[in-house]
Amino acid sequence: MASIEDLFKVVKSRFMDDNQHTPATKDVEIPRDLLFKCPRCGGVFYNEEFVNALKVCPKCNYHARLTWQERLSLTADDGSFIELNAGMKSLNPIGFPHYEEKVEKCSEQCDTNEAIVTGECTIRGYRTVIGIMDSHFMMASMGSVVGEKITRAFEYATEKGLPVVMFTSSGGARMQEGIISLMQMAKTSGAVKRHSDAGGLYITVMTDPTTGGVTASFASLGDIIIAEPKVLIGFAGRRVIQDTIRQRLPDDFQSAEFQLDCGFVDTIVERGMMRKALSGILKLHGFPKETIAR
Amino acid sequence: MSNLTAWERMEVVHHKNRPTVNDYIPALFTRFMEFHGDRCFGDDAAIIGGIGLLSSTPVTVLAQVKGRNLEENKRSNFSMPHPEGYRKALRLAKQAEKFRRPIICLVDTPGAYCGIEAEKRGQGEAIARNLYEFMTIKAPIISIVLGEGGSGGALALAVCDELAMMENALYSAISPRGAASILWKDGSKEREACEILKITAEDLTNFGVCDKIIKEPEGGAHNAPEQAADSLYEYLTEAVGRLSAADEKSLLEHRYNKFRKIGMFTE
Repeated sequence: MASIEDLFKVVKSRFMDDNQHTPATKDVEIPRDLLFKCPRCGGVFYNEEFVNALKVCPKCNYHARLTWQERLSLTADDGSFIELNAGMKSLNPIGFPHYEEKVEKCSEQCDTNEAIVTGECTIRGYRTVIGIMDSHFMMASMGSVVGEKITRAFEYATEKGLPVVMFTSSGGARMQEGIISLMQMAKTSGAVKRHSDAGGLYITVMTDPTTGGVTASFASLGDIIIAEPKVLIGFAGRRVIQDTIRQRLPDDFQSAEFQLDCGFVDTIVERGMMRKALSGILKLHGFPKETIAR
Repeated sequence: MSNLTAWERMEVVHHKNRPTVNDYIPALFTRFMEFHGDRCFGDDAAIIGGIGLLSSTPVTVLAQVKGRNLEENKRSNFSMPHPEGYRKALRLAKQAEKFRRPIICLVDTPGAYCGIEAEKRGQGEAIARNLYEFMTIKAPIISIVLGEGGSGGALALAVCDELAMMENALYSAISPRGAASILWKDGSKEREACEILKITAEDLTNFGVCDKIIKEPEGGAHNAPEQAADSLYEYLTEAVGRLSAADEKSLLEHRYNKFRKIGMFTE
């Protein structure tokens, strides 16, 4: 028995010796931003490939979340964007613990005061009011500022006779603003109604994820509702439903494709075709193409 | 009574003998007739809709149904409406508009139902549509939170000219349990969350959300249901008379501004 043990020792020490001669591969570090792991299919890709594909998963076509800057540059004509109400900042209406710090931190990270950026721009020459929600900012939950900016965007569009394009993405109402956040659902829906009654065109583009109080208010009220492929769209959270019914939900539950099947989305448009689709709809509604460079 | 904490009020609201719409409707209205169905998918027993007389005025009643026992709760799904419930409410509200009938919404729900079927039939869209349409319905709308006002599921019947709350009623964007599980990853801390969220009638009056607090009998409405119904009746007859006298344009302008002005921010 002793001889066998010795044999292992010899083998072990030989490997250890080997290790000293050749550098261990485990020491090689892969930079974090080199790879992208798709949250939908779990596929791993070089980040460069993913970014070149407009942040669309090369394997499953999941349209990943964009920052507001990325979305704006993919949508608006270069240099055409004029921001509205950029300086608006939230307060702490119900005195929620650490709310100000959280907002401040997100503002720095996302380079905007709040979870939505609104303004006016042209899309392939067609003038429109635009709103872009950024889920990197507190999951783009809707508090006073988000509600107010959306409401003002619709009121501005109503006054100027302009269409509205809203890129929605949100976790829902902003818990930290309590009942005030819930009231933003009524406020924004009221503004959409007035814009609509005045004959205004409203296009919703649902992006990942459009859920909760945003789905249950202005996001679902577009004259035309477009969704990006494979994104999450729904009212109640997946976990909440699973807890209620105590069974696993199918993987495609609450996907854009599911909502198309159920009749809540007009059409699904690939990210690379979005500008064309939006400008096409604006043209079909008789809006003039601007010829003067802005 | 007015010194109760939010948590204590929550206990009052959940008292097994707290009056529900099944108690209030016969006490408030005469000749009440229930009308069913959304004319599209089906009927949702979580919302009762119908017409009755308030004193001598015909009114449309939309009411969320908490059961008084397990049997009733099973039928009304513990007052968690499906999309067809909200669509029935909208259908009857449009009908009320046509015949210039005031609309009275009795709100009492933990929230809109969360389930596969509700999602498939568009829970989000149904709520959104109600917020959108109720904003311009040309008839006076009065909403009263009787017990629980649970988030969007309550708001879908609470876009109104005047929002009243029973003294112990609560109205919140998120359930205290839900808030606790997000905040502290621990749903059992709902008691703490209850106080932080500011969800009592008094809090909501301070925020300009609640317009009128209706006094409850000592200890809560369950101690003297008739007395609670009397206070509610008195308020309703006054409010319906007053709002019916207002001209249509200023009524709608006032309704829009009621919600338009809510929000706190700097520029």
